[in-house]
Amino acid sequence: MTLRESSLDPKRASFDTVVGAGLAFSHEIKAGQTLRIVDLEGNQAVDTLFYNAQDARERYSAVDTIQRQGNIYLTTGTRLFSNEGQALLTITADTCGRHDTLGGACSAESNQVRYALDKKYMHNCRDSFLLEIQTRRPQLSKRDLAPNINFFMNVPVTPEGGLKFDDGISGPDRYVELRADKDVLVLISNCPQLNNPCNGYNPTRIRVLVW
Amino acid sequence: MTTDVLLEESLRGGQMWSRVLRRGQRLRLTDVEGGACVPALLFNADQSLERYNMPDTLKAQHIARLTQGNALYSDMGRVLCAVVEDTCGWHDTISGFGDAAQALAKYGEGDYQTLRNERIRNSRDNFLVELGKYGLTVRDLSASVNFFVKLRAGEDGALEWVSGNSRAGAFVELESEMNTLLVLTNTPHPLDPADRYAPKPVRLSLFAGSAGARSAACRSACAENERGFSLTESYFL
Repeated sequence: MTLRESSLDPKRASFDTVVGAGLAFSHEIKAGQTLRIVDLEGNQAVDTLFYNAQDARERYSAVDTIQRQGNIYLTTGTRLFSNEGQALLTITADTCGRHDTLGGACSAESNQVRYALDKKYMHNCRDSFLLEIQTRRPQLSKRDLAPNINFFMNVPVTPEGGLKFDDGISGPDRYVELRADKDVLVLISNCPQLNNPCNGYNPTRIRVLVW
Repeated sequence: MTTDVLLEESLRGGQMWSRVLRRGQRLRLTDVEGGACVPALLFNADQSLERYNMPDTLKAQHIARLTQGNALYSDMGRVLCAVVEDTCGWHDTISGFGDAAQALAKYGEGDYQTLRNERIRNSRDNFLVELGKYGLTVRDLSASVNFFVKLRAGEDGALEWVSGNSRAGAFVELESEMNTLLVLTNTPHPLDPADRYAPKPVRLSLFAGSAGARSAACRSACAENERGFSLTESYFL
């Protein structure tokens, strides 16, 4: 794992906000701009999707990204490919070292399967995604919700074909930075999951900046 | 068990295929010569917004590949199909499928004008054609199951293509736990190191049956599957 720091100065960011635990966020990023997501308190899973801002039929594709780089983990140098085989963004800095794109987002229904039938009431990422797009992004619907990125989440795969949800390798103030190759819409659910260690059982704030 | 065969079809190299597997029916895919690659998409035929969900399938069962005893989950916490038999042992679901640009770069020109029906085809275009028959579009195209394909991830996450994963005669059999629209394309995987376009013939056999008849081992494989099957049953009350 190679860590790379950024030289960008937060004081000069054109956009700077904090997203509370369990909240959704969406924002347009122009080609050439840089997005930074900061894990303010450590071990926070940030469920993230990207769309072509002009045509949302083109979107981030986990499997295209994995296939085209021949590796399941995302880190500095990874190009995030779309379902059209085009680079949407490139990871330009990363002080965490590894991010997941196999674990997907939690939902009321997957929580029932994974933990217990009576967990359906619990807040989850897909509900956050759906509320955000239903209220703010009318060009999107449930059919546009594809397998996402989990920034700062550690989901190792074993050579035997097993999948593990390990404790995070992130920590306070670690960040990932991405330069947009196209105009993109970023859609984030700051994960509210309380049933597994992806958030250290304590969902916390993140900071989002754009230069 | 041939008494309950409903139909047999061949899936030629390059061909796509789709069918609604009625709840309880079973479909067997046989890799006739070995080395086949059959990307697949699955939808709830009664409500196509509900579809196969790769991450939910993997994390419910703590797996990064599919084989006998695994369930194929939808995004609604239900089991679309159970893998009730598998003599291959590993089916990929994390590395997607190929498109026209990749096929052209790898195999060169191979269009209808020169090759007629032996033309070089790719998974994405085949999927789009087949999805279009049901009013589905590129927005409905998500992570596939790649039958007969094996890619192994190393410690550093690097994927390695495993040759010889599927031998001649290997088969995988699905029991449909819902009314499942299954869409198949018999087209090569972009990470297959073979540089010649040569998709292998696959045989499809459809069997009559009832939901749960062959999937008990899948259901009891883990507490998660027990709950997934129970949610699926509840949907059909």
